[in-house]
Amino acid sequence: MAEILVLVDHVDGTVTKLTTELLTTARALGEPAAVFCGAGYDVARARLAEYGARTVHIAADPDLDSYLVAPKVEVLAQLLAERSVAAVLIGSTVEGKEVAGRLAVRTGSGLLTDVVDLDADLVAEQPAFGGSTAVRSTVRTGTPIVTMRPNSTTPVPAPETPVEQQLTLALPEAAKGARVVERVRERRSGRPPLAEAAIVVSGGRGVGGAEGFAVVEQLADALGAAVGASRAATDAGWYPHQHQVGQTGVSVSPQLYLAVGISGAIQHRAGMQTSKTIVAVNKDPEAPIFELADFGVVGDLFEVLPQLTAEIEKRKG
Amino acid sequence: MNIVVCVKQVPDTWAEKRLTAGDSTLDRESVDSVMNELDEYAVEEALRLREAHGGEVTVLTMGPERAVETIRKALSMGADKAVHLCDEALHGSCAVQTSYALATVLGTLEWDMVLCGTESTDAGMSVLPAMLAERLGRPQLSSARTVHVEGTTVRIERQTETGHEVVEGSMPVVVSVVEKINEPRYPSFKGIMAAKKKPLTTLTAADAGIAAERVGLAHALSSVVSFADRPPRAGGTIVRHDGDGGVRLAEFLAAQKFI
Ligand SMILES: Cc1cc2nc3c(=O)[nH]c(=O)nc-3n(C[C@H](O)[C@H](O)[C@H](O)COP(=O)(O)OP(=O)(O)OC[C@H]3O[C@@H](n4cnc5c(N)ncnc54)[C@H](O)[C@@H]3O)c2cc1C
Ligand SMILES: Nc1ncnc2c1ncn2[C@@H]1O[C@H](COP(=O)(O)O)[C@@H](O)[C@H]1O
Repeated sequence: MAEILVLVDHVDGTVTKLTTELLTTARALGEPAAVFCGAGYDVARARLAEYGARTVHIAADPDLDSYLVAPKVEVLAQLLAERSVAAVLIGSTVEGKEVAGRLAVRTGSGLLTDVVDLDADLVAEQPAFGGSTAVRSTVRTGTPIVTMRPNSTTPVPAPETPVEQQLTLALPEAAKGARVVERVRERRSGRPPLAEAAIVVSGGRGVGGAEGFAVVEQLADALGAAVGASRAATDAGWYPHQHQVGQTGVSVSPQLYLAVGISGAIQHRAGMQTSKTIVAVNKDPEAPIFELADFGVVGDLFEVLPQLTAEIEKRKG
Repeated sequence: MNIVVCVKQVPDTWAEKRLTAGDSTLDRESVDSVMNELDEYAVEEALRLREAHGGEVTVLTMGPERAVETIRKALSMGADKAVHLCDEALHGSCAVQTSYALATVLGTLEWDMVLCGTESTDAGMSVLPAMLAERLGRPQLSSARTVHVEGTTVRIERQTETGHEVVEGSMPVVVSVVEKINEPRYPSFKGIMAAKKKPLTTLTAADAGIAAERVGLAHALSSVVSFADRPPRAGGTIVRHDGDGGVRLAEFLAAQKFI
């Protein structure tokens, strides 16, 4: 059976939930082969095995982390040239899409991004125009290169003992053009990552300031949720930009999205309107966010949120 | 330093976007069009870099005839000249083909930097800048929230999902910018008048040396099988907070098994 290559998305070897979703999808399509680039494979090994990778191709060359995107394209292009591959699955993150785009150019293959479902015939479903249209598309030329959105499928373990293959590669000069001089990771909060969280609580201009985000965080913690923010809130410096939800921020599609003090501008909607259930708290009954809401409370968030948080804690006992 | 800014014309942000029943491409006829919002930041950054380092700013767009409106906007913001790649044969091109067409035109221009937005707001995939870097064999400096030029080195702060990275490369480079980078200017009356006299070159695919069998809907590397409008979200329950909004919301969440 042909291989389905899965590019492992990881931070120092900690494999993201998105990768376990890709492996779950890959198992239904062919023989899943994980591709691990960079340092940290010892950390990643158990999780890749747990989610059913039959093979792991390991490219551990430190150069892989020293240059932006292009080295990963070299790794995948080499595997595509050497092996029989039915499709390549990559996470639909900013970097994932860049890798996918370059790989499609390199191999003359069709590319599908932001996919939420991939069937056995490799027909992909993609939400278009912020989710108002569902498009089904397929690749006609080359090896399908597909990037999949987080939360598209539920990851299911299927333990395997993968065959590990070390890859050596000689990076051409062209792949060393963009040198990474420094990598700055903002402090981790202990909350789930925004893109993969099952529940997201987002605050906007209505939160009124950085201190106001405390009520948002308290609600998030009661629900085990990630915290998001509108651009108004990130631009004002109330919350870090990595938490921005929307067209120019992260696209989220959680089970539950709570928009608090957010009006629902089109650019914000573009990043959240495919959420399964949407809840809004806003003091303006005319706020457009209510058009999307399954449940809305018209009121002051500084009264509604603490009451909600207390009620959740009470019900949890 | 010479810069080419890639801009795209897209349906107005607020327009209801649809696919055409005939060929499943974006219906660009029935809606108002604007310059892709995110490309305004790229034009602005190009103008600022020109103000600091000299050189010329060329606008490049691939799109139908009316895309000339978007070119004119970029010229009235202050760009020096423009190239419009316009040919019916390009209609329905997929991202891989679009990158081929634009890279081919870029191959005929002189530049030290290509500047792009990060995404087109119509059906954008956020892939074009990376694809151009791949095709042109030049450094990819993408998702920049700052751009610094020192001699022949370009250094950016790249916004990432976990923080940021400092990335540098030697010119010529391909850069894409995020909306945090600047505040785009509005065209002045003087700028609008001046734009009318600025050089605009319109190219057909053949003029640019683009192979007809490598572009267009019929040869696209991926294609739409079908599409459907998602049913609009059913109207939800909206309650007024009369001292119990939080409790009623908790009841809703409990009924939905979230708590
Ligand atoms: C190119 C471009 C890209 C963009 N990308 C994004 C993006 O990725 N993400 C994004 O979010 N935006 C984006 N925007 C910005 C977007 O257009 C809006 O400006 C932004 O989303 C507004 O944020 P907001 O809803 O928090 O603020 P506002 O629109 O000001 O809304 C604040 C809301 O809070 C309510 N409120 C105030 N006080 C209270 C209170 N005490 N209790 C309850 N409710 C209260 C108000 O009634 C109001 O509805 C982009 C814009 C552009 C031009
Ligand atoms: N048809 C086009 N003509 C010129 N530039 C384009 C075109 N399509 C995309 N771009 C550029 O590529 C960026 C990313 O677009 P996309 O990959 O379509 O989301 C845009 O912000 C533009 O700068």
